Amino acid sequence: MTQHHLNAKHQIASAVAVLLGLVALGLAAAAQATGVGDFVVGSSKAAQLENCVEPTEYMRRNHMEVIRHQRDTTVYGGIRSTKHSLAGCVECHVGYDADHKPVDIDGKGQFCAQCHSYAAITLNCFDCHATIPEGEAWNQVTAAAHPGGLLPGVEQQKVPAEPAPAAESETQ
Amino acid sequence: MSREVDRELNPQRRRFLGAAAGAVAGGAGGVGAAAIGALTAASPERADAAPRTEPVSDRHRWGMFVDTAKCADGCTACVDACDQENGLNLQAKPLGDDKAKWQNQRAVWIRKVKLQDKTSGHVTNLPLMCQHCEHPPCVDVCPTGASFKRADGIVMVDRHTCIGCRYCMMACPYKARSFIHEEVDQKLTRAPRGMGCVESCNLCAHRLDNGQTSTACADACAAEGHHAIVFGDLKDPNSPVRQAMAKQPSRQIREDLELNTGVRYAGV
Repeated sequence: MTQHHLNAKHQIASAVAVLLGLVALGLAAAAQATGVGDFVVGSSKAAQLENCVEPTEYMRRNHMEVIRHQRDTTVYGGIRSTKHSLAGCVECHVGYDADHKPVDIDGKGQFCAQCHSYAAITLNCFDCHATIPEGEAWNQVTAAAHPGGLLPGVEQQKVPAEPAPAAESETQ
Repeated sequence: MSREVDRELNPQRRRFLGAAAGAVAGGAGGVGAAAIGALTAASPERADAAPRTEPVSDRHRWGMFVDTAKCADGCTACVDACDQENGLNLQAKPLGDDKAKWQNQRAVWIRKVKLQDKTSGHVTNLPLMCQHCEHPPCVDVCPTGASFKRADGIVMVDRHTCIGCRYCMMACPYKARSFIHEEVDQKLTRAPRGMGCVESCNLCAHRLDNGQTSTACADACAAEGHHAIVFGDLKDPNSPVRQAMAKQPSRQIREDLELNTGVRYAGV
């Protein structure tokens, strides 16, 4: 009986220890996660803006979906003036060096590469796509200058009634 | 290649064409009119001048007319302009590669082809690029659907789905497609390019999508004063390309394959 009681006590103690450990791990992860937003390069245009083409939190989770949808719009439909576009990502997020020359966005420490390396996700857009804004046929700047402006993003086109996720107070 | 094309030209047909062109004095040749009849049914309005906001439709079919009589020997203006426009000049020879091998392997969208008639010795120059067939063999053979024809008649490759098998290169009668063998360092935003995909002329689709109705090659040819390449909407009777085609007989290269090409040649 005593032996059994001791055993049970020991089990409870170890369970508590494991739980505490998990909580500690979770706290550590949360502390790390707060650093996710710090990848916007200071010299990029994005650093001057309140948020991206969509609320920051939405972009963090769904940027791959919106550019994947947009690629078909462009390749098959020939529509290049969309709110979501990889060319737009590069145009706005590319960093500049001391000589005001753009730095490859998939380079070490740059916006795309740094976050993808943090998340351990292979980034292969730039196997084919340009890593600096060069030789553009269309981008956010020309769109802003054009009377028509940008076409709405794919999410708005598909589900106009869906409420947009709340924007974060911090900048990206 | 020049010999291949030369062999394909049927001497009897060539004589008939010559006779037909001679018989119809000054106006649209019977053959030219027939070719245009096959190309078009509707007569829609001109291309939109503003950037595209709606998906491409079959209201237009983009195409070119090449007058080989105006194509100058030794001139490479169209090829150079294409290289500039589509970032082909940014390709670098892989380290240690043989120069001759690289010349064969580097991506090329337009080739200058010289034909010589063996009997008469008459030389014809022409630019040969993707012919933007109505029934493209490259699309027929593609196992992933990456090789496709856009609604406005442009035959292109969706590199997101291309697996680099190169069946389309084998199927193309015009040797119009190139394969990217090595990683590409520099590329333009308007012309993505990467290892393991096939590519070819897309009639400067990025220009068309922005509302322009010209291609880099046609502009360069005109700037040189040759005006051998005329670009436009094959479905619009008032477009420059249709106006040019109405004036003289034109034909498709390998018309025996009945691909109804979007690029037509005069004087071959």
